[in-house]
Amino acid sequence: MIQQLIFAVLTIVAGWFAFSNFFKIRRNILLGRELEENEEASGNWKNVFLIAFGQKKMFKRFVPAVLHLFIYVAFLFTQIELIEIFIDGITGKHRIFASALSPFYGFLISFIEILSVLAFVATVIFLWRRNLLKVPRLVKSEMNGWPTLDGNLILIGEILLLLGIFTMNGTDVLLQKLDPSHFPSTGNLAVSSFLGPFLFDGLDVGTLKILERTGWWLHFITILGFLNYLPFSKHLHIFLAFPNVYYSKEQRGAMENMPQIMNEVKSMMGLIEEETPMTEELPEFGAKDVNGLSWKNILEAYTCTECGRCTSACPANITGKKLSPRKVMMDVRDRAEEVGKELDKGVALEEIIKDTSLFDRITEEELFACTACNACVEECPVMINPLDVILQMRRYKILTEAGGPSEWLPMFTSIENSGSVWQVSDARDAWTKE
Amino acid sequence: MSKVKTIAEMKAEGKSPEVFFWVGCAGSFDARAQRVTKALVKILDSVGIDYAILGSEESCTGDPARRAGNEFVFQMTALQNIETLNMYEVKKMITACPHCFNTIKNDYPALGGNYEIQHHTQFINALIAEGKLKIDGGGFEGKKITYHDSCYLGRVNDEYIAPRKVMEALDIDLIELKRSKKNGLCCGAGGAQMFKEDEPGNTRINEKRMDEIIATGADIVAANCPFCITMLGDGAKAKESDVMVYDISELIVQSNNL
Ligand code: SF4
Ligand code: SF4
Repeated sequence: MIQQLIFAVLTIVAGWFAFSNFFKIRRNILLGRELEENEEASGNWKNVFLIAFGQKKMFKRFVPAVLHLFIYVAFLFTQIELIEIFIDGITGKHRIFASALSPFYGFLISFIEILSVLAFVATVIFLWRRNLLKVPRLVKSEMNGWPTLDGNLILIGEILLLLGIFTMNGTDVLLQKLDPSHFPSTGNLAVSSFLGPFLFDGLDVGTLKILERTGWWLHFITILGFLNYLPFSKHLHIFLAFPNVYYSKEQRGAMENMPQIMNEVKSMMGLIEEETPMTEELPEFGAKDVNGLSWKNILEAYTCTECGRCTSACPANITGKKLSPRKVMMDVRDRAEEVGKELDKGVALEEIIKDTSLFDRITEEELFACTACNACVEECPVMINPLDVILQMRRYKILTEAGGPSEWLPMFTSIENSGSVWQVSDARDAWTKE
Repeated sequence: MSKVKTIAEMKAEGKSPEVFFWVGCAGSFDARAQRVTKALVKILDSVGIDYAILGSEESCTGDPARRAGNEFVFQMTALQNIETLNMYEVKKMITACPHCFNTIKNDYPALGGNYEIQHHTQFINALIAEGKLKIDGGGFEGKKITYHDSCYLGRVNDEYIAPRKVMEALDIDLIELKRSKKNGLCCGAGGAQMFKEDEPGNTRINEKRMDEIIATGADIVAANCPFCITMLGDGAKAKESDVMVYDISELIVQSNNL
């Protein structure tokens, strides 16, 4: 009874904390502006299935894709065990599915166990890649500090979880023989039927029972911890990848149109009558802060897995420039978090964005090094578009602040005055007369 | 090269062209890119297609301005072009510049410009497939040739096949670059980089790309974009390499002796 009570209280408290943090993230995402007409994606279930669920784009790099798949599939299937733990925890029963799902229960748990072993192997290799092999894209400067710790913590959490599962199953196998009335038969288990006796043989029933409970609680508490950890981690992608892919556009070539400017130019050219109403304040174009970006851009920032595939393909970054598309996305998330924290303190949004902005994190040097090559967009396994953020911030610099590289000015004036990117004296069709 | 007609001249004769050729700034003014323009003209002439250009009525599509972030300049030049093109009732277009291609194809519709545009490699590939353009193959026997995918034809508009098919028709045994197709490395010109100095770094993008091209052991690198051609040419100079950079249309002109 006590156990059930602790279980219920823990679940409610942890659930409430997680929920309130997820809610804050939702609020932060909605700081973004509405989508313009041509930014909207119609919603793509096919991509949700292929790219989010099916990990299609991960397989551009085979080895990490397979390893990641082990952890991912193990995670998906462990949810079945989690549901059982949940029902057991509330009802105070033991392995309620063992009889309910018999004779498949043994098969199911065996399947999860095999996946868990594979996930364990993958986890160890991932830790090795991050900390000893130091795969370049995983150790770039923007990963210093929390992002590196974050990557490692989750892998360690994964190992804890597996430890819990195998302690729980391994002792259970022995207890089924020693105390069959309380421990219903699970049938043969692929791993624990061997690992259990190997590790725990000879222990008395009392110790086994304590170990079994320890494993069970460890499993459950790790999951609750994981849930509460997500809002602060790149691992949020396990949820957000799905809506993010759903709302992602596949079309690449077009930049978002700016109807306000289009109409002003049209009326300047006498194409439309409509007089654009002169407002007191100068209008702000482009994005200076998270509220100038769209909610989709911010959703992408929270979805970013910090894998660095984008950065490793970025021509600017490859040639030693400061620009890193991954850093751009991490900066957007950090800024959204910062604004969110200030809002929590009761500071008004106008106050927050008055003295600080996204430009405190992303510099002109980074923004103007981008070749708009779309390599980052192509690489991202969860369909994030860092280029879109870069271009909106460029628009702010150029249109609102009249800033940007001075070398561009002759190009702008030349297009405006003579319709060519270069200042040339020749007629445009001079080449036909040679 | 026969006389190139403007669409205004053609209309004055009461004719309308089968296809409209968008030349672009580079193709009009840049000496190296003019050679590509002329190569394409020779190909068009050799198959006897009626085509026309806008001539002095053409303006920059606005791609570098838009991607630099200057929407005002973009809208001015783009709306002007759309006015002109719509006035001449242009529908089918070709261009030898993937930036013009992308801007007209993807940016113009939201501004009221709807055209069917093909990149010249797509158009040439179709001519070959329809049997209208016969290729005298074998001209590149013994030559090692590689191909650089431009970002705006490849990754952005998903065209990897047409240029490769044209080279196949030329009997070219292509050596693929390590980074090619979807993974192709930019030449460094896009996003208006062509018009400014690089940010501090340890090398230039075009030199990096040239290194990769040299590593294939190729004598020739084929390209499909005037800006890539400039960048790679500069890269070859910087690396003191004698890899030749050609547009695919130029390879056809060489092979067919046009
Ligand atoms: S589009 Fe810009 S940020 Fe993205 S890979 Fe290319 S240069 Fe890097
Ligand atoms: S933007 Fe995409 S590719 Fe880049 S680090 Fe984030 S998840 Fe990885």
